[in-house]
Amino acid sequence: MTRITIDPITRIEGHLRIDCEVDDGKVTKAWSSGQMWRGIEIILKDRDPRDAWIFTQRICGVCTTVHAIASVRAVENALNLEVPLNAQYIRNMIVAAHGVHDHIVHFYHLAALDWVDIVSALKGDPEGAAKLGATLSDYRANSAPNIRAVRDKLKAFVDSGNLGVFASGYWGHPAMKLPPDVNLLAATHYIQALDVQRSANKIVTILGSKTPHIQNLAVGGVANAINPDSQSTLTLERLFAIRALIDELGDFVNNAMMNDVAAVGALYAEWTKYGAGVTNYLSVPDLPLDTKGTKFELPGGYIPAGDLGKFQAINSYHDAFFRDGVKEAVKHSWYEYSGASASLHPFDGQTMPKYDDFHDDGKYSWIKAPTFLDKRAQVGPLANVLGMYAAGHEPTKRHLTKLVDAASKVAGTQIPLSALHSTVGRIAARAVRCAVLLEALQNQWQLLVDNIAKGDTRTFNRPVFPKGEVRGFGYHEAPRGVLSHWVVIKDGKIDNYQAVVPSTWNAGPRDHNDEPGPYEAALIDNPVADAKLPLEVLRTVHSFDPCIACAVHLADADKRPLVQVKAM
Amino acid sequence: MSILVLGLGNILLSDEGVGVRIVEALDASHELPDEVEVLDGGTSGMDLLDMVAERDCLIVADAVNADQPAGGVIRLEDDDIRMLFETRFSPHQLGLSDLLATLRLVGKAPRRVVVVGVVPQNLTLGMELSPAVAQGRDAALAMIVDELTRLGAAPRPRLH
Repeated sequence: MTRITIDPITRIEGHLRIDCEVDDGKVTKAWSSGQMWRGIEIILKDRDPRDAWIFTQRICGVCTTVHAIASVRAVENALNLEVPLNAQYIRNMIVAAHGVHDHIVHFYHLAALDWVDIVSALKGDPEGAAKLGATLSDYRANSAPNIRAVRDKLKAFVDSGNLGVFASGYWGHPAMKLPPDVNLLAATHYIQALDVQRSANKIVTILGSKTPHIQNLAVGGVANAINPDSQSTLTLERLFAIRALIDELGDFVNNAMMNDVAAVGALYAEWTKYGAGVTNYLSVPDLPLDTKGTKFELPGGYIPAGDLGKFQAINSYHDAFFRDGVKEAVKHSWYEYSGASASLHPFDGQTMPKYDDFHDDGKYSWIKAPTFLDKRAQVGPLANVLGMYAAGHEPTKRHLTKLVDAASKVAGTQIPLSALHSTVGRIAARAVRCAVLLEALQNQWQLLVDNIAKGDTRTFNRPVFPKGEVRGFGYHEAPRGVLSHWVVIKDGKIDNYQAVVPSTWNAGPRDHNDEPGPYEAALIDNPVADAKLPLEVLRTVHSFDPCIACAVHLADADKRPLVQVKAM
Repeated sequence: MSILVLGLGNILLSDEGVGVRIVEALDASHELPDEVEVLDGGTSGMDLLDMVAERDCLIVADAVNADQPAGGVIRLEDDDIRMLFETRFSPHQLGLSDLLATLRLVGKAPRRVVVVGVVPQNLTLGMELSPAVAQGRDAALAMIVDELTRLGAAPRPRLH
């Protein structure tokens, strides 16, 4: 038996360490251990709730925006404060553009190199790759001269021997299966994606004033002034610049990215058999369409045991089903709870550390184990896409069908929807969500323009803090899944603040019933061809899009490190 | 000439945020010529692609581990930085090394990269720098001002 340890090197959003026991070429047991941010309440206690979002943006190095949004929503929820329509639309455009950006960068720049072999791409034929591209879509940038230029650039880069971060790629690994022309086409899109992702970031910058760390939010709305007669506010000229950026993104996502993901899905069909793990799926609705948060462009809810027929929708920002369903357990986490509670609600959350080393059967993680209705739940684009599909959301159905049909065509056999409960399914769902978000971004743009045309220029409602205690929660369907912030406000000051982040749901350790978390469960039976180069383990962990950098240490049974490889 | 002074770090973890504190201090104490831009990059990585692309010079201010007491300041340039990334002195360098490798791949890497680092003391939760590291911040700030002066983009002290 071999034990593989993926160990932390970053403090950015928290550590992640993955341990696997590998027997007979398969993972038999897995542990996910980490330290997510548990101390934010120490900094926020006694501060003005209107300032919290500025601080919470600093929790994470990848998704600064999402913590700002969840924070203002939590405080507004505590105050029962309505948010003007223009402010909702502007926030919605920011979160949709941020999500599109995140999904493009994740697929091409953080995950694709687990599946696409750059060295093999050098053997690809530009004419062949262009022909292949033309059979998939009429994407204009799939021309042979474009592809040849990329191949030459890659060759010069590889020949320079100065690969930097790419040196850790698993090129030539036996688990790499794509033919050279497919690798070359995907590598071409990898390079193009570096330019395309800028368009999404520009939208966030125009509306949010700045990235990273947007500056335009306020509890009660946004600070973007709207005045059609002024040059210095959000004008139609700016809005039409955004419209052009959305169109550029659409061309790439629908004609390049969706097909690349379909090809990876079809040519790595065996990866639809691995990585399902926890199939209770939790997502929340997002992109509110009214001032109170009772109607949403994108639905969300809970699916127990992968049964889409049992989907239960979450309907509003005051939804008791969501509010009361969330708890956190610490049996296997380095904390203890006072009293006999096995798990606690975030409003009553306690953070009393009790560190005592890594114990396989005891405490081994700084992450608490969140549960929904006392069960483990997977969050992220797969949970979101399945939830929207179950809710009958037309654009989700259309984009998902398109992707599954494209993959089925390449595979030469009809791929069933059940194949989504897998490692490759999470990657496919992320591409579908990207296309859905882009369409939503277009809609939100139109809604904003139409509302301004009606003469409504309101973007802010003033918050009023009552004497005594109020409690609120705010949720956001972030790129990695359900994010919720929970705040207790006393006499206008923050008394308690908790953030339950997506990676806590997915990367949490075993819970009070010893049930493994989504990462842990997804790794069971995962194949490992070469324990010294555990590409397959990375594929499954990366399919969740952990927004943390990790180093992989391989240890033998005596736990001596054998080799260290860096992984994102 | 286009120069970016990029501060990296997590300001919620005391001295870990010293890079951000350095660029904040630079901005507060000096008028900068038009060709110099200052950015608080937080703990971002690939998000900074656009801001870093095609600069003549990138000056990174960051917390680094080095064989020096807390508050010590080090300066690294080009070839030394490659080594720095391999041994990972700072947690942000994974993001930054990805970013620079990616920019090299597309031919948009900054022509010159200088890292000015301060050795941290306290990485626990908090918004304040420890006294030794606050001194390091001031020394690093002076070093960056010298760097910009050598590049012909001298900052002018603000008169308060």
